[in-house]
Amino acid sequence: MAVATLPRSQAKAEFRTCPVTFLKVDLAAERLIIANAVAAVVFLLIGGLYALLIALTRWQAVHLLNATWFYRLLTAHGFNMLVAWMVFFEVAGLYFGSAIMLNARMVKPRLAWLGFILMAVGAVMFNVIVLMGKGDVMFTAYVPLKAHPLFYLGFILFAVGALIGVGLFFANLVMAKREKTYEGSVPLVTFGLATAAILAVYTLVAGALALVPALLWSLNIIPSVDPTYYRNMFWAFGHPAQQVNLAAMVSIWYMLASFTVGATPLNEKFSRLAFVLYILFINLGSAHHLLVDPGPGFAWKATNTSYAMYLAVLGSLIHAFSIPAAIEVAQRRKGFTKGAFDWLRKGPWREPGFSSLVISMVLFGWVGGVTGVVIGTEQINMLAHNTLRLPGHFHATVVSGTTLAFMGATYYLIPLIFRRELRLKKWASWQPYVFGSGMLLVSIGMIAAGLQGVPRRHWDITFAGSPFSISIPAAAQISLALFGVGALIAITGGIMYLTVVLVSVFGGKRREAHRLTLVMSDANPLVEYALPNKDKEAEGKLAPQGAFILVLAFLIFMATYYLTNWWLLGRTWLIR
Amino acid sequence: MFVPERVWWKPLSRPEKSWLIIALVWCLFLTAMMPLWFVLGRQNVPAETYTVTPQQYREIVDAFTAQYQVDTLNGVPVVEPPAGSDVYLLARQWQWYPILKLKKGTPYRLHISSTDVQHGFSLQPVNLNLQVLPGYDYVAKITPTQAGDYSIVCNEFCAIGHHLMASKLIVTD
Repeated sequence: MAVATLPRSQAKAEFRTCPVTFLKVDLAAERLIIANAVAAVVFLLIGGLYALLIALTRWQAVHLLNATWFYRLLTAHGFNMLVAWMVFFEVAGLYFGSAIMLNARMVKPRLAWLGFILMAVGAVMFNVIVLMGKGDVMFTAYVPLKAHPLFYLGFILFAVGALIGVGLFFANLVMAKREKTYEGSVPLVTFGLATAAILAVYTLVAGALALVPALLWSLNIIPSVDPTYYRNMFWAFGHPAQQVNLAAMVSIWYMLASFTVGATPLNEKFSRLAFVLYILFINLGSAHHLLVDPGPGFAWKATNTSYAMYLAVLGSLIHAFSIPAAIEVAQRRKGFTKGAFDWLRKGPWREPGFSSLVISMVLFGWVGGVTGVVIGTEQINMLAHNTLRLPGHFHATVVSGTTLAFMGATYYLIPLIFRRELRLKKWASWQPYVFGSGMLLVSIGMIAAGLQGVPRRHWDITFAGSPFSISIPAAAQISLALFGVGALIAITGGIMYLTVVLVSVFGGKRREAHRLTLVMSDANPLVEYALPNKDKEAEGKLAPQGAFILVLAFLIFMATYYLTNWWLLGRTWLIR
Repeated sequence: MFVPERVWWKPLSRPEKSWLIIALVWCLFLTAMMPLWFVLGRQNVPAETYTVTPQQYREIVDAFTAQYQVDTLNGVPVVEPPAGSDVYLLARQWQWYPILKLKKGTPYRLHISSTDVQHGFSLQPVNLNLQVLPGYDYVAKITPTQAGDYSIVCNEFCAIGHHLMASKLIVTD
């Protein structure tokens, strides 16, 4: 553990010492974390409200909004969820992972506030201009569909603000190293966040390369923007942005595993290797959106879509084993050694950090990851491009996976950072189950509808106003109803989360937490069980055989779905 | 959570090593499938592309339609081009133009382009999907395998009338 001495240069910063972790907490960093986290939750609330209205429209039997408002709110929903909620939360996470976890000070808090203000102004500007009806172009704003200049400006201001946050994260790391606030390597969570931050730089620069020309074109300064250039650059922003979420989420998985059962990675090298694979290969994912575009040929598409040789997928497969295995070894160390799955049965299932971790991993991997690899296969993409299978995939990854992981983490950060007692603990305990089951239905409903040809971003698949009758199978209606019911359940879970957070932050007893305790009990696994793994421990009676069976089952499931899709492709019209 | 010991040289345990090898083999299999299908498969993503201005493309499609029109359906011309020829489809807000009548089992060179914004070519219930961009003539060599009436819907958002953009494609025996 780090030593709590105060270098001279830190005299200016104000600290408190956290009585739980004995880490020094820079008060400036703490205030910034709180501001960014609150902004994240506000945009989650707005985006969630839009989600409710959109879902009740796509559920064909309800069909709530008119076409204009459906497309308008869908545009705003995409931005608020994929960009605002995620990135605000990540900036909070970056400051936490650098300044606080490394026992260091926040470099240039004023600049950090400038970044925060730019992000907030950009996000509000985007929402206002879209609600005014000046940007009905979807979140992707594909040229030559034109929006008001402030639409692009809002986007750009947000990105610049986020880039400042990422830069300060690196500055914090450098400063912590120089001032020797910690010894040894940085913790795995910080390492994972550094991965996210490196990806974020690339992402945000690509975003500027897409959106700055679009802004100039919207202002009539340049005559046009090439659609293939724009799509390539936009997705070099849009897809890797989700990989930033991925790296942040995996970091939080490791954190939750250590919080709730005292798990520590079996082998740091193994887990860190997986993060390095992300850094090297995951940015090629832009191609996923261009697989059936005119222009690039097979070699370009196949190389990029597979992240060179599925090496970023390999990274995820490593985490898919190493996290459950770490949990299993920690549980076995407590004596749950019977059979292959006793450790899992005896897990703290009422603990929201544990249930959200497990549900997040299962939905992310089994639903999101598997479908992602399949629709990202060059030829199979012809069966999936722009159908509801795509939103089905990313609602499993970003919403069921990342959002649920972020939610789970919040329950532990409220006592630590906000220094408020968590209220409504029963609600917190149930929340991951409600949200997770709803999102499972949402994703499956969308994927099933997409397999039947239902397009994404579409107001009315009955084509009531069109002169032609359309042959989309009637069974698609059932899938959309499944999706609609799932959305209502998931939104209930979202409301439960927001209620717990708001009631705790504004109504929780203000008190200094003295030890990190679980939500549903007084135990403290982090201190009681979190021991570094000894050599060869993972090979004796603590061997993670259950986790190994789980990943093998996962692989079989993935192979089945993958090969089924090739079979479907082989039955269709010939095309070259 | 906390600063770990420096354990970089620590060897992987047996289950970790086994899983790493299995996962790597699976990734190599995934990598091999795409080039294999590219060589052996009969459904591959078209790559033939030409740049074309919207004005040029409109003229080509108009000439093509005038030459082979056989009928009109809901105000849209129905065109029956010779088997194996170049056929043209134009996407615009919010219409596919013209309606194509093709022969089963015959290969065609299907050209698709847009004269305004981006659109999405989605053939249903076959569920074949291609992106349509203005300025680019995308050529797909297609062979219909079954006769019948098919739908073409737009699956790329193309402004508020997007959900009205639908048409037919007819395949005869």
